[in-house]
Amino acid sequence: MNEFQNLDQLKTSARRKKIIRNVVIYLCLTVWAVMVLFPFYWMILTSVKSYASYNGEYIPKFFTLSPTLQNYSDAFTQVPLARYFVNTIIFTLITTAAMVVIITLAAFAFARLQFRGRNIAFALFLSLMMIPNELVIITNFVTITNMDLRNSFLGLILPSITSVFYIYLLKENFAQIPDELYYAAKVDGTGDMKYLLRVMIPLCRPTIVTIIILKIIECWNSYIWPRLITDDPDYYLVSNGIQEIRENGFGRENIPAMMAAVVVISVPLIILFLIFRKKIMAGVARGGTKG
Amino acid sequence: MKVVLQNLTKKFPSRNKKNPQDVIAVNDFTFEIPDGKLIGLLGPSGCGKSTTLNLISGLQSPTSGKIYFGEDDVTDLPPEHRGVGLVFQSYALYPHLTVRQNIMFPLQNLKGAQKLSKEQMAEKVLKAAGLVQIDELLDRKPNELSGGQQQRVAIARALVKTPRVLLLDEPLSNLDARLRLQTREEIRRIQKETRLTTIFVTHDQEEAMSISDMIVVMKDGVIQQIGKPQDVYDDPVNLFVAKFLGTPPINVFDGRVVRGHLMIGNDDILTVTNIPDQEVYVAIRPEGFILQDDGPLCCNLSNVEVMGRDVSIVSTHEKSLNVTIRSIIDADNPVDRESDTVRFAVKPHKVFLFGKTSEERIHFEV
Repeated sequence: MNEFQNLDQLKTSARRKKIIRNVVIYLCLTVWAVMVLFPFYWMILTSVKSYASYNGEYIPKFFTLSPTLQNYSDAFTQVPLARYFVNTIIFTLITTAAMVVIITLAAFAFARLQFRGRNIAFALFLSLMMIPNELVIITNFVTITNMDLRNSFLGLILPSITSVFYIYLLKENFAQIPDELYYAAKVDGTGDMKYLLRVMIPLCRPTIVTIIILKIIECWNSYIWPRLITDDPDYYLVSNGIQEIRENGFGRENIPAMMAAVVVISVPLIILFLIFRKKIMAGVARGGTKG
Repeated sequence: MKVVLQNLTKKFPSRNKKNPQDVIAVNDFTFEIPDGKLIGLLGPSGCGKSTTLNLISGLQSPTSGKIYFGEDDVTDLPPEHRGVGLVFQSYALYPHLTVRQNIMFPLQNLKGAQKLSKEQMAEKVLKAAGLVQIDELLDRKPNELSGGQQQRVAIARALVKTPRVLLLDEPLSNLDARLRLQTREEIRRIQKETRLTTIFVTHDQEEAMSISDMIVVMKDGVIQQIGKPQDVYDDPVNLFVAKFLGTPPINVFDGRVVRGHLMIGNDDILTVTNIPDQEVYVAIRPEGFILQDDGPLCCNLSNVEVMGRDVSIVSTHEKSLNVTIRSIIDADNPVDRESDTVRFAVKPHKVFLFGKTSEERIHFEV
């Protein structure tokens, strides 16, 4: 009997320990969640405060009793935000599409083809990653200006249609595919291009999807380059638009309208992330496991 | 389709800078593979057998020499135009495609007049799958199959485009012992049904001996001996071939011929004529021993292993070059396990003599 009682006691104490542990874990997670979500809450809150009430608050309030959607219409009317949206979508889609094609071909060449100077070329590519982005921006600016491509989509897109890091990432992924598959395909009369399309890309799809999503986010958020290379509002991207809205207040910055614009701009990215969340995770997790 | 290799040589540039001599993987191969036969290329790892296969498949091009399929010179033909089916050791199935799509893959590459309709492809896939008996697995992915099943899929994929020559690179080495036996019979059956000239690479002599019509024993890129498995086993041309074939391995002794007597140490085991006095290697197959109380070869008994049908006597001899001497004796013969020594007579046709320096066979008459 005694033993059973002991067993019961053990069970109870184990259960109690588990409960305590869960409480602690959830408490930590809650604190973390609040920290992460608070900026988003603040953004949405500010975007529904009126310009007057926002500027009237000496100490910002954590809530508002008179929410308004005025800022959203301001964001679209005071500056041509819709136009910037279209510009951004064009920019993002073309850049991402072009980049995926280019890096896939480059990664294939580095991973699969045999040619003289392959390793040296790849080492040179990698060494490019060590040059700070700011330096590259200066030379890019000079180049694009000399090519007379300021205020054009080509000028916006051209500098970001390749990425050494993504070539490296994809090359490593391609290189994991066993050589035998290539030889088998070769014996069966599959050309390099067909092998790339029918075997390598499907096998590395998680990585490619991850790269696409990261690139879309990067394009969507890009600010410095479009800011430098365009001064014609016809070619502004949303990130420039936000800046413009900010400067459009009556003497003071129109923060609520800017926040409304930020909310609108963030929504597509959040939707994208929610749709592809699993794929992104799969791509990241695949790095460690054998194909 | 007969396959002819003529003075085939493949050299690889040396990676070692201190010793910039080329590595010769395949050295001056000349032999003919008759139509419809199963040939085993046999040798220890690194002897150039996979390179030979790659040369025949066209994945590598020879440094010199010619390859003919029938009357066609295919030496400079790329692999896809040679009509070879190749099965890799690792099977090399496309993991993202189903079994059906895997088998169909080679058909989808056919161009021009050879191009097939969807129905024709499906029919060919079914036929190939039927041949290797994987009809029920067509809609699975490779990772849902066992090793043996994957192997069959790989063979079906090689067969589907009706190749002129079927090449198998270590097809059984990734399978467990039982499956290996089963699959090698399966390969033999498929080969007999399709009557394809088949070349099969292995380092496992038992595997090669059991299913090949002919075996080619290789060492360091050089052909040692070509022949029917039994002939090569019974009549090896040199010490390497004698040692390489047979399980348990052949027993090798330091011996000498003195005035027509073959001596191992002080034991006069055979009377041989026609050989001048010299030092020799004496190699005796495990089944070449006869248990005999007054036998000439006296060994120190260390162990007797009962294997049911036979007994394996493990003994030692000071002149033996193997650590232990293994002899296989019919189980009916009584063995005195308590004794320290065991005495054997030998069957002359199971005894081979090899020159001390050349390691070439010395034929003798009893």
